[in-house]
Amino acid sequence: MTHSQAYDVQPPMGMLAELTHRCPLQCPYCSNPVALERRRQELDTATWQRVFAEAAELGVLQVHLSGGEPALRPDLPELVTACVDAGLYSNLITAGVNIDRPRLETLADAGLDHVQLSFQGATPEVTDHVANMTGAHARKRAFAAEVTDIGLPLTLNAVIHRANLHQIDEFVDLAVELGARRLEIAHAQYYGWALVNRAALMPSREQVMEAVERVEAARERLQGRLVIDAVVPDYHARLPKPCMNGWGRQSLNVTPSGKVLPCHAAETIPHLEFWNVADHGLREIWYDSPAFNAYRGTDWMPETCQSCERKEIDWGGCRCQALMLTGDATQMDPVCEKSPYHDEVQTLAVRDASGASEFTYRRFARTTESA
Amino acid sequence: MTAIQESDIVRLPRGVRLREDKQRGGWVLLAPERVFQLDGIAQTVVSQVDGECSVGTIIDRLCETYQAPRERIAEDVTAMFAGLVEKRVLEVA
Ligand code: SF4
Ligand code: SF4
Repeated sequence: MTHSQAYDVQPPMGMLAELTHRCPLQCPYCSNPVALERRRQELDTATWQRVFAEAAELGVLQVHLSGGEPALRPDLPELVTACVDAGLYSNLITAGVNIDRPRLETLADAGLDHVQLSFQGATPEVTDHVANMTGAHARKRAFAAEVTDIGLPLTLNAVIHRANLHQIDEFVDLAVELGARRLEIAHAQYYGWALVNRAALMPSREQVMEAVERVEAARERLQGRLVIDAVVPDYHARLPKPCMNGWGRQSLNVTPSGKVLPCHAAETIPHLEFWNVADHGLREIWYDSPAFNAYRGTDWMPETCQSCERKEIDWGGCRCQALMLTGDATQMDPVCEKSPYHDEVQTLAVRDASGASEFTYRRFARTTESA
Repeated sequence: MTAIQESDIVRLPRGVRLREDKQRGGWVLLAPERVFQLDGIAQTVVSQVDGECSVGTIIDRLCETYQAPRERIAEDVTAMFAGLVEKRVLEVA
């Protein structure tokens, strides 16, 4: 390899391909940026096919076809085929409201490996309210039944926050009833739209603790039947999560217009320079682009992290969160109790937990052109 | 923990694939949202899984390969399979 990097860079294992930012749902915690990319900016089929081939060549093993709603791309079956041809494991991350049986069969025949389906709530009232779409829950249930009927493995994904945290047990029951092999319980992460809606989403510490206990109990009860993966809640914690397992260490994210990011929120760090697949090969971007090299390894870390035994466990936590809450992306994640900003974050979490419950729904900003 | 019997037939469920990882070297088990990097022994064991032969047959074959006491191999193999079943990347047919 030709890159001149002191830190030993390994090839990535996973790639998140945001095929489009368009989506029929309007989740208030959506991880897409507030400035959504528009249809006319989206990469064409041939470019995505090239990107998948380059990803496999680079060492990527799994591709997560995501969005927005990836099924809004008419060429989704061709893109799955491109993954299969390159030997990539393909995972469809969908809201499950716009894929009918014939289309799903086409995807399965093309060699799709796995489906991850989001549920915004465990009941129609909550799902339809959070997604701001009447009938969404019923459509998702019907879609889940088709997935398992065809024999594709299914994961349910539930993003958890104040408006649905009381439904943990019901989410678990739903996953079992729908024949899912896996359930992901992910507490909302506060960037993108979730940051806009933080005061309406933030749970109290007591609620979080109760949720953690319920997840644990369900895990034990269903061992061997349902795998439950939980993304821990953030602001109420004492130690940061190993965000992305380290910046530029294992995965990359391609936006609808072809920008390549170390994580899907990376664009919130304004001074970083992201390269586009239209101008550079994926290998070059991974090893040489300024954004990927900005926070690789441990050299960039503040002194407290440098001398901490957890520095290669959590990699200093989330860069985007550090910037957002401290104004400095090279700070340790302020969720860490060693951070000088830790108390401030805890206070903020307590304050937001009793904030107003009105959502600002995700949508394209108004312009004279349509999305 | 799920106990594995020698008469059981195991298979990789749909959505789980064994593959060589040329870039990093070695073999991996690709599963929903997860990658299991296998060491040489794990790879040899998992590559015997074809959804047709019994766990007992797999153990017999491995005895020949490794020239080790059957009892020990049986113990290791059933423990490994039980662990994979638990993670839902292997199923009893
Ligand atoms: S989080 Fe909701 S709004 Fe955002 S892409 Fe997923 S389904 Fe669509
Ligand atoms: S000091 Fe840095 S490395 Fe140590 S736990 Fe906190 S964020 Fe992680």
